[in-house]
Formats: sequence, C-alpha cells, structure tokens
Amino acid sequence: MDALLLHRIHFGFTITFHYLFPQLTMGLALLIVALKTVALRSGNELYNEAARFWAKIFAINFLLGVVTGIPMEFQFGTNWSQFARTTGGVIGQPLAMEGVFSFFLESASLGLFLFGEKRLSRWGHWASAFMVFVGSWISGFFIIVTNAWMQHPVAYKVLPNGVYEVTSFWGLLTNPWALLQYAHNMSGAVITGAFVMSSVGAFYVLENLFPEHGKIFLRVGVVAGAISCVTQIFPTGDLQGRYMAKHQPAAVAAMEGLFTSQKGAPIILMGQPDEEKRTIDNPLAVNNVLSFLIYGTTRAEVEGLDKFPRDQWPSPLPLLFYAYHIMAGLGTYFVGVMLIAVFLLWRGKLFQARWVLWALMLSFPLPYIANTAGWMTAEIGRQPWVVYGLIRVSEGYSKYVSAGNGLFTLLGFMGMYAVLSILFIVLLYRIISQGPAIHITSAPKGSPMIMA
Amino acid sequence: MGFIWFWLVAAMLVAYVVLDGFDIGVGILHLFLARNQQERQLTLRTIGPVWDGNEVWLIAGGGTLYFAFPLLYASAFSGFYLALMIVLWLLIMRGVAIELRMQIAMGVWKSFFDGLFFFSSSLLAILYGAALANVVRGVPLQPDGYFFLPLWTNWRVGPHPGILDWYTVIGGVVALVALGVHGALYIAVKTEGDLQLRARKAAGVLWIALFLLTVISLPATAIARADTLAKYREHPLTYAVPITVLLSLLGIIYFNRKMADRNAFVCSCIYLTMMLVGAAVGLYPRLLPATTGSEYDITVYSAISGPHTLHVGLIWWSFGMLLAIGYFALVYRMFRGKVSVESGGYEH
Repeated sequence: MDALLLHRIHFGFTITFHYLFPQLTMGLALLIVALKTVALRSGNELYNEAARFWAKIFAINFLLGVVTGIPMEFQFGTNWSQFARTTGGVIGQPLAMEGVFSFFLESASLGLFLFGEKRLSRWGHWASAFMVFVGSWISGFFIIVTNAWMQHPVAYKVLPNGVYEVTSFWGLLTNPWALLQYAHNMSGAVITGAFVMSSVGAFYVLENLFPEHGKIFLRVGVVAGAISCVTQIFPTGDLQGRYMAKHQPAAVAAMEGLFTSQKGAPIILMGQPDEEKRTIDNPLAVNNVLSFLIYGTTRAEVEGLDKFPRDQWPSPLPLLFYAYHIMAGLGTYFVGVMLIAVFLLWRGKLFQARWVLWALMLSFPLPYIANTAGWMTAEIGRQPWVVYGLIRVSEGYSKYVSAGNGLFTLLGFMGMYAVLSILFIVLLYRIISQGPAIHITSAPKGSPMIMA
Repeated sequence: MGFIWFWLVAAMLVAYVVLDGFDIGVGILHLFLARNQQERQLTLRTIGPVWDGNEVWLIAGGGTLYFAFPLLYASAFSGFYLALMIVLWLLIMRGVAIELRMQIAMGVWKSFFDGLFFFSSSLLAILYGAALANVVRGVPLQPDGYFFLPLWTNWRVGPHPGILDWYTVIGGVVALVALGVHGALYIAVKTEGDLQLRARKAAGVLWIALFLLTVISLPATAIARADTLAKYREHPLTYAVPITVLLSLLGIIYFNRKMADRNAFVCSCIYLTMMLVGAAVGLYPRLLPATTGSEYDITVYSAISGPHTLHVGLIWWSFGMLLAIGYFALVYRMFRGKVSVESGGYEH
C-alpha cells in the first residue's frame, strides 16, 4: 500500500470525524448565548431551561471535540513530520496560540458555565456562556489561520537550512484567505447549530413533547438559520470562490469540472467527470454562468484544467467535483428551507406548518454533510500541495513511518471512533428523550451530571 | 533564545505533569480507594471541573514545542509513532470514561467506565514515564534527523533499543507510582472521612515504593546513559536539584504522617517538578540525544525556529500565560474546598 495515500487518508479520516463536533459546538455556543440573553432580558425561565438543555448537548459534543482534537495536533508530527519540520516556525505559531489563547479560556469558562450556575450571579453565568462562545470562536480562527497559510502562503521567507519563517506576524494572522475562509466557515458552523436546534424543536412540536421548549428552539434556530444560510452564500461563499479562482485556478477548474478553457464558461450542475477522456458524462449545464459568477460578465474566459500540467491537477479529481457540488447544492437547499421557515415564523404559522416542521426535523444531518463537503473541497482542491505552490504532499509525510504502521493506527482510530459514535448517539437520544423540562435539582439520584 | 524557549517548553510540560498528574493519579487509585458507587462518584468530583483544563497544558505545550523546535517535534513524534498513538487512544478513553460515567445511570456501565478510567490512567502514567526515559536514554537518530522506534526489540538499551526496554520500563513504573502518590495526596486534600483516611494510608504505602524506585533510578540512569550525569559534575550548583528531589520526597512522608495533606501534596508537586527539572538539566542543550553518535544529537541550536518567530512568540506567549494563570486561579478558587455528596445536578 502506498504510504503517501495512507497518511492522507489517516489525516482525512481523523479530521473529518473530529470536525463533526466543533462545527456544532461553535454554532451552538452562539445560540446558547442568544438563549441566555433572552432569559436575562425577559426573565422567562423557559429560556434558561432551554439553555441548560443545550448545555448538556454542548458538553458531550465538546468532550468528543477535545478527545478527537488532540490527535490532530499530534499528527502534524507523527504522520507529516517533514512538513512539520520545515513549516513549524510558521504554522506551529497559530497552533500554539490556539492552545494558549483559546483552550485555556474555553475549558475554564465551560467549567464555570456547566458547574457554576448556582454559584454565579445571573450576569456571571451569562458571561461564562459568552466566554465559552469567544473561546470556541478564537479556536476556530487559529485553525483557519493555519489552514489558510497552507492554502495561500503569505508573510514567509525560507531560511538557508530550508526552514520557513514568518516575516510578519500580522501578515500571517490577517492573511486575506484566512479572513474569507473564517467568515465562510463560522457561518457554516452556525448553520449546523441552527439546523440541529430547529430539528429538535420541530421534533418536540410534532411529537407534542415539551412543545413550549420546542417552539423556543424553533424560533432561535430558524432566525439564526435564515441569517447564516444567506451569509453562507452571499457574501462569504461568493467572495471566497472569487478569491480562490484568482489564487487556485486549477482547483476551481477541477471543482467546476471545466476541462477546457473557454469564454462564456458554463456551470455544470450535475454530471460525472471522466479524467481520462477529459469530459463530463451526463452533464446538466447552464451556459455562461460560471464566467459570470467569477468575473461578473458572461464573456470572460475561465481557465480550464488544460492550462495546467497533469501533475498539478488536484486528486482525486472526481471526489473534489462531487464534494463541491454537494456543498453548493445543499447550501442552496438550506437557504430555501430556512427562508420559508422564517417567513412562516414571522406570519405566526410555523408551528402549524407540519410539512415545514418535518423538513426541518429531517434536515439535521445535511449541514454536517455540507460542512464536511466544503472542507473536502478546500483540502482536495489544495492537492497536490501540502503548502500551495511550495511543498508537495509527497514531500511532506513521515518517510520513517511505514504504510504498515500507518494502517495499524488508522484501523485503531476507525475502531475507536466507531465505538464513540455509538456512545454518542445513545447519549444524545437519551438527552433528547429526557427533554429540557426536567429541573436539574430533581435529577434522578445517582445520575448527576459531571461534565467539564 | 534557545535557552529561554527550552525552559519555557519545559515549564509547560512540568505544569502538565503536576496538574494532569493528579487526575491520572486519581484514575490509578480510585478503584482501590473508593469502595462503592458513591465514593467513586466523589473521587471523580475532585477532578471533574479541572481535568480538562489541566489537559490543555499538554496541547498548549505540544503546540509551543512545535513552533519553537520544529525539528524536535517532527523527529520525536514520528519516531515514537506507535507509543504516541497509543497515548492518544488512552487520552480519548480517559476523557470518555470520566465524562460519560455520569451520563448513564446503570451500574454495569458505571463499572465499565471505572475500569476504563483505571486502565487508561495507569497505562498513560507508564507511557509518560517511559517517554521521558526514552529521551534521557537517547534514540537511534539518523543523519537526516529522523528515527523510528518499534515498541520493543530485545529489551536492552543498546544502539537500537525499542521504546520499551528495561530502563524505560523502570521509568514507567516510577511514573506510575509517583502519580499514584500524587493522586492519593490530592484525594486526601479534597475529601473527608473514610475515603480521606484510605487515601492518606495509600500515599504512605506507595511512598515506600516511590522512595526505593527513585533511589534505583539514579544508578539505572548512570548505566543507560552515563553522560547525563556529566552535566552535574561540570556545574556543581545543579546538585541542588537532586537534593531538592530527596527533600521533597522526605517532606511527603513527613507531612503525610502528620496528616498535613495540603503540605504533603505541595511536596509531591515539588518532587515531580524537580524530577523533570533534573532530567532537563542533564539534557540541556540536547533535546534528543542520539544512541548512534553525539554528532546526530538534536540540540537546542539545531532545532530552533527562526529569530522573528521566537521574538514575536515571546510577546504573545507571555501575555497568554498570564491569562491562563488567571483562569486557573479563578477556577481553582471557585471549586476550592472539600467535595461532598450532597451537591447535585451540575454542581459537583
């Protein structure tokens, strides 16, 4: 087995599983602050109960995010040692800053938020929720800065021993790619949080189980969802797409399935790319649209894959094409369903519109798929580079870690994550069926929450 | 710069060992000290709000090591590949065991998570000890700065050792017992009644083993890696370190007998700190010595990042550490005092 491919799958698998949790916690952190704020201003105890309920779900997701996140930092050294060695002076910096500025804050404020409600004042408890939100969003920022430098290296120089160094700290932190990607990514996290909250709300209303709480979840989830689904496409997705077209044209050509450069390039809505014949099978295309989206005019020429040597094509190309199309397709669906829902909410008809509630309830897995597909678009689009244009992935992995050892640990992670998934689903099912109305002090004896 | 960052990274790792050390120690002992569900729950409450923050020192320390000494990070992490992956799996198991135990009310599940907590904590302690011993003993570094160690070979310390050999196993056992003592003293500080008495007693018994192991580890190090001790002969002032180790070790048993749990725990913190400082003094300026010849040693000079990175790093690092210390002060103050059974719900 090819060691390079194995190390790629190793990182890809562990990061994909990991990011299922932070995307929810980052989104949910914001929504919990919203719930706490309403509770504080209106004095409506239902909102505090809602916040407590989501805190339980947050805590489990946070735990899984932590335990699956530690392997990510370690894997730079274990599986990608040559990459780590040459670029540690640059990307080690935001990674260390994440630990120093975000994780300490996050763990401390989460401890206070989960355990301190009775010891803190109402404002103090609100502040702890707010700091959890700040901590998790800072964490996201530093990870994006790290990734953005790999996508679009800035503010660096190469030292005589071949090692990369930062020339401007602010340049690294304000990498335009990072700012665009951060906006797009965080909006995506809010979408996940909003859909999950709306989904549970729709379930409670449809099942007539805790309907009052369900309506709160729907209100907050649908409003946050409508805003974030729109910002996901415009401006964040649009801006990032254009920036990417400028700096990673080969990736954009592959995403769009554009094999030949052309004026008035079509957008392909569906199809199956054939790399060998350089065609798209069964294309469903709309002429001129791609040129318009990238350059604002239907006559502009868009570079196709024919402009790039074969060894600079992202691989696996079909997966990149599908990932991008799944992301974009789902993103469009999200806008539709959330705008309808928010309109009905405004008209006061959402809680009776059973078909919309059904759609919201069943849609909760989709943002996870869309966020994952979005990240696959970014990461496969970066191929064959580990640092775009500078270091190839084939020069980055740990040569001393054999494919056999890599497969051993990959299988280990797969087994362990399978068990974690089952535990996670069982626990979430329990929390959702128990519901928010149970007052914490009357929790059944012997099962108090101990969460950090 | 190299000197500063060496000690800053060392300080973060010491913070990790001292703080997460008592979490691990609680895991090693809770099956034996806590006799029923209620007591087990109580022992978990002693670390409940803090273990996660304590573990952040590992992540932050690892990240700091990564950007300050990229070569060391790359070489050591890929070279100790299998052991590190096992550490990661154990960290996952431990986190899950601590947190999910309280989520499921069934006794079978609670017992399962208790067992998992014990298993992962104990093995973590052994692997951490072995890891430190590996660094002291040295690894077969190649000219390109990399190496790869299997988990074990023939259990000898020759030029091509495994991650586990007789010396590193001793290191692992020292860590297991040391963190066991540390955890027992912590439980004694945080609890009352029978549980506290048992913890105190366990610390006293384990202390004897710790004393013997500490004494053994000195000649063992001399055999496994003779030149580690050269540093001490060169700079006699550094003998203060082993002397402090010994004094703190005696302090543990002295205060333990006097039932001054807090002081005994402080001595244990000093003991762990000084054991690590002792290893660091012996190593400096080497970061990872080679068994294949000293010209292949990874040193502070060969592994250090570029100057701009480190200068800027010093500014945000200091600022970040002040914040971190502030958070810790706040959390530990908030959850100070003995834990009790009564507090229900989120309160633990």
